[in-house]
Amino acid sequence: MRATVLVRPKTGILDPQGDAVRESLRHLGFAVGDARIGRVVDLELDDGDPAAARAEVERMCEQLLANPLIESYEIELAETQA
Amino acid sequence: MTSPQPRVGVLRFPGACDDRDALWALSAFDAEAVFVWHTETDLPDLDAVVLPGGFSYGDYLRCGAIARFAPAMEAVIQFASGGGLVLGICNGFQILCEAGLLPGVLRRNESLSFVCRDVPLRVERTDTPFTTRCEEGQVLTIPVKHGEGNWYADDDLYAELEAQSQIVLRYTEPVNGSRNDVAGVVNERGNVMGLMPHPEHAVDPLLGSADGALILSSLVESARERFLQTV
Repeated sequence: MRATVLVRPKTGILDPQGDAVRESLRHLGFAVGDARIGRVVDLELDDGDPAAARAEVERMCEQLLANPLIESYEIELAETQA
Repeated sequence: MTSPQPRVGVLRFPGACDDRDALWALSAFDAEAVFVWHTETDLPDLDAVVLPGGFSYGDYLRCGAIARFAPAMEAVIQFASGGGLVLGICNGFQILCEAGLLPGVLRRNESLSFVCRDVPLRVERTDTPFTTRCEEGQVLTIPVKHGEGNWYADDDLYAELEAQSQIVLRYTEPVNGSRNDVAGVVNERGNVMGLMPHPEHAVDPLLGSADGALILSSLVESARERFLQTV
């Protein structure tokens, strides 16, 4: 299986990187309301069982991939192409 | 008669850069300072531990997030839970926050710029083992050098820390966007402190300031008292 973890700054948490990018985009003439910058972690997993894989990746997020004080995460699972 | 030397361990992670300065400064204050390599699973017999500044493990993912799982950190967590004195400087502060030994988290500076300059700090508490030689309200000049020193706690956590007087040092001017200008905090028990400024770089007037000596000599003195209690 492949898992994609999306880590985002939580709502209400100041995101200076996002603010800088938003300002740059506006400077280029794009109408951007807000910009937030997070992180993508692509993982290859041995586990073929989606439920078990999801539980495993959740533990990874809690222990390492996200800091729950400032970040939220989402997990997307996909079968690995044979 | 010379007073007995407490033994202070300085953790060395790959990517650390202030470990030698910390060792030198602690030795200058008459501690027996020893390096502890990050792969050690047990600490030697120590009276205090210092986590120095740097960029442990390249600061990948989040600053301090990888170092937090180093074998030596498990030993530090045990040491701290037994009441041992632990001081984290800069990256060391970040590691202690990631390890859950200190409250809050250090984020990118609000300016997104690396800040490297002397900053003024107000001492909010003098009853911690790390500030006994300071005076309450005293303003210290100690350098910072960090890109991620923007300390954050949400409203509930911050209120709790204020109520328990866990804020020990505050910048007296904006430095990095840190919430309420927090520069250093202690844990509830008071035996673990972290700060972003570098006291080990301010231990002699030749360096521009000797105010960092107050913090490090407080630590060495507190470690000595503990050492004497165990003899």
